Amino acid sequence: MATESIDKISAVTALPDITLDIKDLHVAYGASEVLHGVDLQVGRGEIVTLMGRNGMGKTTLMKALIGNIAARSGNIILDGKDITHLPSWQRVKAGLAYVPQGRMIFSAMTVTENIESGLFVRGGRTIPQKLYDLFPVLKELGERRGGNLSGGQQQQLAIARALATGPHVLLLDEPTEGIQPSLILELARTLRKIRDETDLSIIVSEQVLSFALDVADRIVVIEGGNIIHQCSRAEADGEQLMRFLSV
Amino acid sequence: MLWGYSFSDLTSIFVMQSFAGLILFSVFLLMALGLAIVFGQMGVINMAHGEFMILGAYTTYVCSQVFSRWIPTLFGAYFFIAVILAFIVAGAVGMLLEWGLIRFLYRRPLDTLLATWGVSLMLQQLFRSVFGAREVGVQLPDWMMGSFNLNETTQIPVNGVIVVGLTFFITLGIYALLLKSRWGCQVRAVMQNRSMAGAVGINTEWIDRLTFGLGCGVAGVAGAAFTMIGSTSPTAGQQYIVDTFLVVAFGGTQSLGGTIASAFSISQARSILEFFLSGSMAQVIVLLTVIGILMLRPQGLFSMKVRR
Ligand SMILES: Nc1ncnc2c1ncn2[C@@H]1O[C@H](COP(=O)(O)OP(=O)(O)O)[C@@H](O)[C@H]1O
Ligand SMILES: [Mg+2]
Repeated sequence: MATESIDKISAVTALPDITLDIKDLHVAYGASEVLHGVDLQVGRGEIVTLMGRNGMGKTTLMKALIGNIAARSGNIILDGKDITHLPSWQRVKAGLAYVPQGRMIFSAMTVTENIESGLFVRGGRTIPQKLYDLFPVLKELGERRGGNLSGGQQQQLAIARALATGPHVLLLDEPTEGIQPSLILELARTLRKIRDETDLSIIVSEQVLSFALDVADRIVVIEGGNIIHQCSRAEADGEQLMRFLSV
Repeated sequence: MLWGYSFSDLTSIFVMQSFAGLILFSVFLLMALGLAIVFGQMGVINMAHGEFMILGAYTTYVCSQVFSRWIPTLFGAYFFIAVILAFIVAGAVGMLLEWGLIRFLYRRPLDTLLATWGVSLMLQQLFRSVFGAREVGVQLPDWMMGSFNLNETTQIPVNGVIVVGLTFFITLGIYALLLKSRWGCQVRAVMQNRSMAGAVGINTEWIDRLTFGLGCGVAGVAGAAFTMIGSTSPTAGQQYIVDTFLVVAFGGTQSLGGTIASAFSISQARSILEFFLSGSMAQVIVLLTVIGILMLRPQGLFSMKVRR
């Protein structure tokens, strides 16, 4: 107990070591550039919330990080390794995991198979019990097709699938979209719990301010493909953030 | 009676033609399975698929020659060795083709079409150079030449039974692989959402190569089966590729069951019609029927019903 609390204190006081380092990242769709040089560092065990209105580049940043879109220039460094030009699956192997906007579970596959799809990268064969401890409902629904789950259940499935890859950094793109308010609270609690247990770093993009304030250690605002504001949760000014989010 | 045939004649004709249809069905099905899996996963239409079948057929031919010349005592069993070799040879060449060419052309369907067509011409020329332009036939061991007599007018050839049995087991095997194996789980993930499959850590490039190899390998097995019903020539694959495309389009590419049902109905219709009409008339009628159905159901007759 004692050593644990000392660790906690030193983790807060010492400079947190950087897990993910994004340097001057430019990303374009064809000729139109959408991210104009994003710089962002994420510490070990830190939860960073990426806020911004629709069309500001949150999804584009997430896709560039996981490798669904190529970066035009800049670097993505994960645990000291440059992953900028690796294919997606090697980034996952390096420790990145992704829960996309709209969840994108494999709808014709069963719930169990969906989770298992995340095990291959590390050659795992059985689903770790801790995933079922986090999301008990997924065990009951094991044989159901992913496409037949509710939005909230699909969200849990997408997170479980991502965690099955054994990540150091988890990317979540608008996880609260299309989910009931009661589940949103639950989701924030779950994410913090996962972080506390595993020292996972999390980047979560969000438009719901209350959720962002619930979950974040640090809030980053993106607008027009640039990061225009950063603050820790303690410094966060709700009204100022509302202004960034309103049209 | 009908066209001067008696009722019992008609029954035997029906049974024997159905069985001839079953052998044709076996070749179609093995061909179509490979084509459908590759198309379903990678969106690649492999115009050289027929040549992979012929590669398997030549492998079988070489195998029969080797056995009859050097190990005649085991000649009776050569076909089973040949099937395995045909799978390995066609599969390996398929993986090589994927690695050397196809992987650079994903998401460019027209280029793939042209490139694989070019490959089919090159393979045909290669066959011509190595084996000559003349048809070659394999010699069957005695025990495979016979037939089972159901009654005095109805006979079922032994080699046909073997081919049908082989096809049954291969289809079952592919089904089990797709639904139960780790490879199958990854294939289905890639089929449904390629970029998401990569984002959960599935090595999509390797899965593509394996799948392409499997598709070509199964075509090779179709080639081994083909040696029992036709003689092998450099261009023999061309006659089958059109029918195979027909089977795949008719069945839809989303379910194995669709491919099976489609191969079955097309080969049976062909075989039974062929007895009463000319071969090309049968072909025309089948083609028109399929086109008619595809106009009503462009996604194929048997596409899967799943929320996407
Ligand atoms: N596939 C695409 N092709 C071209 N432009 C795109 C594409 N996807 C998104 N964009 C553009 O990129 C910008 C950022 O979009 P996105 O990253 O989806 O924003 P967010 O996730 O913050 O709502 C928008 O202006 C959008 O129009
Ligand atoms: Mg978005």
